[in-house]
Amino acid sequence: MGAAPASRDVTSYGMGLAAPLALFFLLFFVAPLLQLLWLSLHNDTAGLHWGLGQYLHFLTDPFSLGVLGSTLLLGAEVTAVCLLLGFPIAWLYQRVGPKLQTIIILIVLLPLLTSVVVRTFAWIVILGRQGIVNATLQSLGIIDTPLKLLYTQFGVVIALAQVQMPLMTLPLITALGRIDPNLDDASCSLGAGSWRTFFRIVLPLSLPGVIAGCTLTYAAAITAFITQSLIGGGQMLFMPMYLYQQASTLQNWPFAAAISIIFLLAVLAVVSVFTTLGRLSRGYGGA
Amino acid sequence: MAEAQGGRSLVVDAVTHRYPSGALAVENINLDIKGGEIIALLGPSGCGKTTLLRIIAGFIAQTQGRIIIGDDIVDALPPNKRAVGIVFQNYALFPHLSISENVAYGLAARGVDKTSRQREAQRLLELVQLPTMAERLPRRLSGGQQQRVALARALAIKPSILLLDEPFAALDKNLRLDMQIEVKRLQRVSGITTLIVTHDQEEALSMADRVAVLSHGKLEQFGSPSDVYDRPQTLFVNTFVGSTNRMPGVVVSADRTAAKVRLDAGAEIIARPAAGSLTEGARVTVCIRPEHLQFVGDASGFAGVVGMSLPLGATVVHEVTTADGSGVKVSQARIGETRALASGAAVRLAPLAPSLANAFPATL
Ligand SMILES: Nc1ncnc2c1ncn2[C@@H]1O[C@H](COP(=O)(O)OP(=O)(O)OP(=O)(O)O)[C@@H](O)[C@H]1O
Ligand SMILES: [Mg+2]
Repeated sequence: MGAAPASRDVTSYGMGLAAPLALFFLLFFVAPLLQLLWLSLHNDTAGLHWGLGQYLHFLTDPFSLGVLGSTLLLGAEVTAVCLLLGFPIAWLYQRVGPKLQTIIILIVLLPLLTSVVVRTFAWIVILGRQGIVNATLQSLGIIDTPLKLLYTQFGVVIALAQVQMPLMTLPLITALGRIDPNLDDASCSLGAGSWRTFFRIVLPLSLPGVIAGCTLTYAAAITAFITQSLIGGGQMLFMPMYLYQQASTLQNWPFAAAISIIFLLAVLAVVSVFTTLGRLSRGYGGA
Repeated sequence: MAEAQGGRSLVVDAVTHRYPSGALAVENINLDIKGGEIIALLGPSGCGKTTLLRIIAGFIAQTQGRIIIGDDIVDALPPNKRAVGIVFQNYALFPHLSISENVAYGLAARGVDKTSRQREAQRLLELVQLPTMAERLPRRLSGGQQQRVALARALAIKPSILLLDEPFAALDKNLRLDMQIEVKRLQRVSGITTLIVTHDQEEALSMADRVAVLSHGKLEQFGSPSDVYDRPQTLFVNTFVGSTNRMPGVVVSADRTAAKVRLDAGAEIIARPAAGSLTEGARVTVCIRPEHLQFVGDASGFAGVVGMSLPLGATVVHEVTTADGSGVKVSQARIGETRALASGAAVRLAPLAPSLANAFPATL
């Protein structure tokens, strides 16, 4: 092998090429983050007294902990809905002709082609007291008084699920597409029914896609400021809005910074659980 | 439900299949296969071999006709109820399951308990000579080893019919020979009725009890390897199986067993009418294999000029241009005194025996 004595490992590139990006990150990501951390370690709004008071306040305040809990729960619910609805769509995509595939992809991508604000207002129209859902149910005589859909956890979950659906469906479509269709047939010819084939073959082999989709959906759902606040209204408070109120309205910058750091750590914890699961399932994938 | 050992018979009864796209992949195929036989489905790419195999396995519902396994018409049964084992061309091992889990998969689906499952998987891995690989993942195995695992996995469910789709296509020549012997040995031991899809004629002739030759979705001939090779029923079979010289000519006189043909190359020879009798005066194509032509010293046979001589190991192949300008190949066993023929030498050629030339009605 060693033809030239000075031969270089071809996998090592000059790090200089990454310098512009590194600089960009340093300037606009790491620096503000450090500033945030610095700010959060002060007990007073003026930023004169060092201490862990903000963190203590958050972690002992039932209200704050409640907001954190309901935000993390919201993410879990949206992720679950997206997974339950997205998996059949992705599964279907792999089993229909090219014409239907184009239509499915279009439907899946449609949410990405319209602005979040527009989509969210559309949901307000749909879920409102005189909205499409209530009007239809009333005219069918199923309900007498309009259901309260807007400004509820249910409404937020539904709207967010629709908004984040592509983030779940696209990785799933990719993962399912990488499974050799002969494996289905092999399983079937060995005497397995469709459910056994699904749980023993299709699901384990699509796990990398499931984990990628869940990570993306979760991270996007809990930080979706606009949809959360517009559909949730005043009654539902989630971390992004809480943060905004503390920073903008109450000008309590150190507390807002502490909220950010805690939120960041909570999200990182959840995401790293997903990636750990992903690494464990890496054994599958390939092939 | 699945019979333990010894294969069941398989009847393909007037099966036709048209894909939704309109492609007629298989047309009126009839095969009557006895229990325990090895059958080769031989044909060029795209002739419908895989389609027929998938119909038998139950993955495709044929447009017309019936599949009968043993005494049962299985058309209404889904693949998982047919007890048909199938080995896919790319093996289709489950990449996330270990070798022994792969082999035991079908047993698990049948509700066999874990310890018996593992014992059976181990027994099968010993049968295919891979007893030490049980815990590995498929991708840690070589192509030939994966092939054996796929075979063991298909055998685990004790199928009444075993289907193999181009099982050796991806293996190199030596390994292919090993695996062909291996499969034949396993088939002998288990007696499972086996259908091997292949486009390799040597494989078909060496492995199978009977060979079904397909072309464009139609069955050209179904017979023993020597039937197919020595007594081809159609021009396609004669040219596809083995190599042959095609020589045009006109029928001088004919009865049911022999026809006298005047070759355009300039000789009258006796040929076997391959499909029924030929009419006098009709144009025919006579097929003579290179190894069935000989150089003659007298004035019999037809004249030609030697072009090139290729020594191919045990045989020497001479290219000869005949009087009508067409080329024929002559292959000679390489015996000590075989003299190299000079390029440009004038020679005369004749078939070794009349039964070795086949005459087919000429197609335009
Ligand atoms: N899913 C399909 N839809 C439409 N046409 C198909 C489909 N599968 C195969 N065909 C067509 O049917 C014919 C037979 O295909 P088949 O796969 O059975 O051939 P084959 O003999 O197995 O060829 P090969 O040796 O290349 O594997 C071909 O003309 C092919 O184009
Ligand atoms: Mg094929």
